[in-house]
Amino acid sequence: MQALRDILDRVHPLFVKGGILEKAYPMYEALDTFLYTPGETTKRVTHVRDGIDLKRMMSMVVLSLIPVTLFGMWNAGYQANNAITKMAAAGQDYSLDWHHTIHSAFGFGHDPTSFLDNFVYGAIHFLPIYIVCMFVGGHIELVFSVLRGHEINEGFLVTGLLFPLTLPASIPLWQVAIGIAFGVIVAKEVFGGTGRNFLNVALTARAFLYFAYAEQISGNQVWTAVDGFSGATALGQMAVAEGGAVASLSSIQYPWGDGSMSLLSAFVGTIQGSIGETSALLCIVGAAILIATGIGSWKIMAGVVGGTVVTTLLMNAFDFGTNPMMAVPFYWHLCIGGLAFGLVFMATDPVSASMTETGKWIYGGLIGFMTILIRVVNPAFPEGIMLAILFGNVFAPLIDYFVIEANIKRRAARYAAT
Amino acid sequence: MSMGAAGTQTAATDGSAVPATDEFLKGVWKQNPVFVQVLGMCPVLAVSNTATNALAMGSATMAVLVLSNLAVSCLRQVIPPQVRIVTYILIIATLVTIVDHLIQAWSVELHRALGAFISLIVVNCLILGRAEALAAHSSPLRALWDALGMGTGFLLALFCLGAVRELIGSGSLFGVSVLGPQYQGWVVMMLPPGGFFVLAGWLMLFSWVGRPAHAVAAGLPDRASELGRKA
Repeated sequence: MQALRDILDRVHPLFVKGGILEKAYPMYEALDTFLYTPGETTKRVTHVRDGIDLKRMMSMVVLSLIPVTLFGMWNAGYQANNAITKMAAAGQDYSLDWHHTIHSAFGFGHDPTSFLDNFVYGAIHFLPIYIVCMFVGGHIELVFSVLRGHEINEGFLVTGLLFPLTLPASIPLWQVAIGIAFGVIVAKEVFGGTGRNFLNVALTARAFLYFAYAEQISGNQVWTAVDGFSGATALGQMAVAEGGAVASLSSIQYPWGDGSMSLLSAFVGTIQGSIGETSALLCIVGAAILIATGIGSWKIMAGVVGGTVVTTLLMNAFDFGTNPMMAVPFYWHLCIGGLAFGLVFMATDPVSASMTETGKWIYGGLIGFMTILIRVVNPAFPEGIMLAILFGNVFAPLIDYFVIEANIKRRAARYAAT
Repeated sequence: MSMGAAGTQTAATDGSAVPATDEFLKGVWKQNPVFVQVLGMCPVLAVSNTATNALAMGSATMAVLVLSNLAVSCLRQVIPPQVRIVTYILIIATLVTIVDHLIQAWSVELHRALGAFISLIVVNCLILGRAEALAAHSSPLRALWDALGMGTGFLLALFCLGAVRELIGSGSLFGVSVLGPQYQGWVVMMLPPGGFFVLAGWLMLFSWVGRPAHAVAAGLPDRASELGRKA
């Protein structure tokens, strides 16, 4: 380790003001502080500092995402292998692309019961998405920090992992590049960089893809990475259900015939969907890490769950049989779609969420309410958590404003009374 | 690009009194109704999804603006000040109705594409604003030049938005494919959000390019980043 430190110290003069690589200082700084605790102290007026800085905070978020990511890779492979095996058995037409070529070059097959087959096939789908995302987004970040003369912020490490997890495994890589470029530039850099993005960057990037290239990120064809496959997700199936929405989950149309989805598989996450969103169970694990380390706000998470449950119960109470989605119970809502993933990792983004403690409850409740409203009442979008969180992001400053104003009024009244 | 040329020309003719040119160029560049004054946002965002629509909408607005400015300026002595706004609206509404029928007679398809936004020219604050701010107390010649300048500025601005949105959104210009068949358009650019994105981009460009000469010389930041710093 000392050798590494020595190398860093030796090249340091090249990057300081006047050195030949002065412009590239952000790159040096990023590597140095990523590996070692920064040696600098506060330059201006002193203020209270936490022992944990931005870099360590971001590292903890990445850590909490690891279970979801690993499971997501396995599940993407499992869904694809399952579809391949069943479609082959049923004599269906399907085609495999370059992912399969790499997969079989390493000597792996498409057996859905084999852990390695699933995990490797999923990884071959996920890693290119992740690498493209980090490469494109990281370079944009780099260009901006060189132009602006500040260090590279680690915010992107989290964004760059969150974004691929919200995408279907079959997404074209050039769309990943365009999406993350749009997200980083429009949602973050034009507003001043890390800490000034009023919208969640990963979700902005996803929303952009959703509206720019709806074909590759919604519908029935994209969620399992096999060309020729078609099968509705739980929300997609419920949205078009005739009769009981939950009952319709027992007869989802796949190319090989009907299939069913149980609450347990939806909770554990062995269903198709975006790479990281399927497992509510592992989202709870992630939530536990975030709450234990004090990085994610449990108030926001509880707010979203509360908003979801209350809104769903209201919907259930006003169910007159015209819209089957009205009757879906809250435990189904919490397990399917991206709600669990969004509420744990996206809604709690400290930059774009409400800052005040009361505000966090209101902010969370608003997101839960909007998610259910979009899922149940809006026929155009089967899933609502993405739009609901972006909606909440926009309202967060306003919520904070009113909370602070109310506090000032209360204190003024107390002062006047004494 | 033509806007850049207009800008340098304005700077050059500053001081040496050429009122007609100045009157015209201020609308195109210095006080561009869309990019500087941010007026008439409704049609700017709604019908700038293709270059054709943008040009048609811009021309229609320009025609109404020129004629209404002329009419208001000619009638300025006889319009009682108490009812002047109503009178302006009446004049503008008459002109808009004529333009509406003309477009319908010329191309039903275009009329359908522009929809209600032709009738909504009546309430475009740019037209009422020019009537109230300038035409009501200026000679017809000055009002004409002003309207021509503002109209051209509006038309150019709409075209700038429409061209970019159509190019990115569907890879074509005026319905002719430019980027080839393999290009997959960003559907979002044809939707209302695309209008906001492109408008924001142009506003940023204008606030950056259009900052005063002394600020550029002194290395001062542009308006946008100054605002960002204050916030």
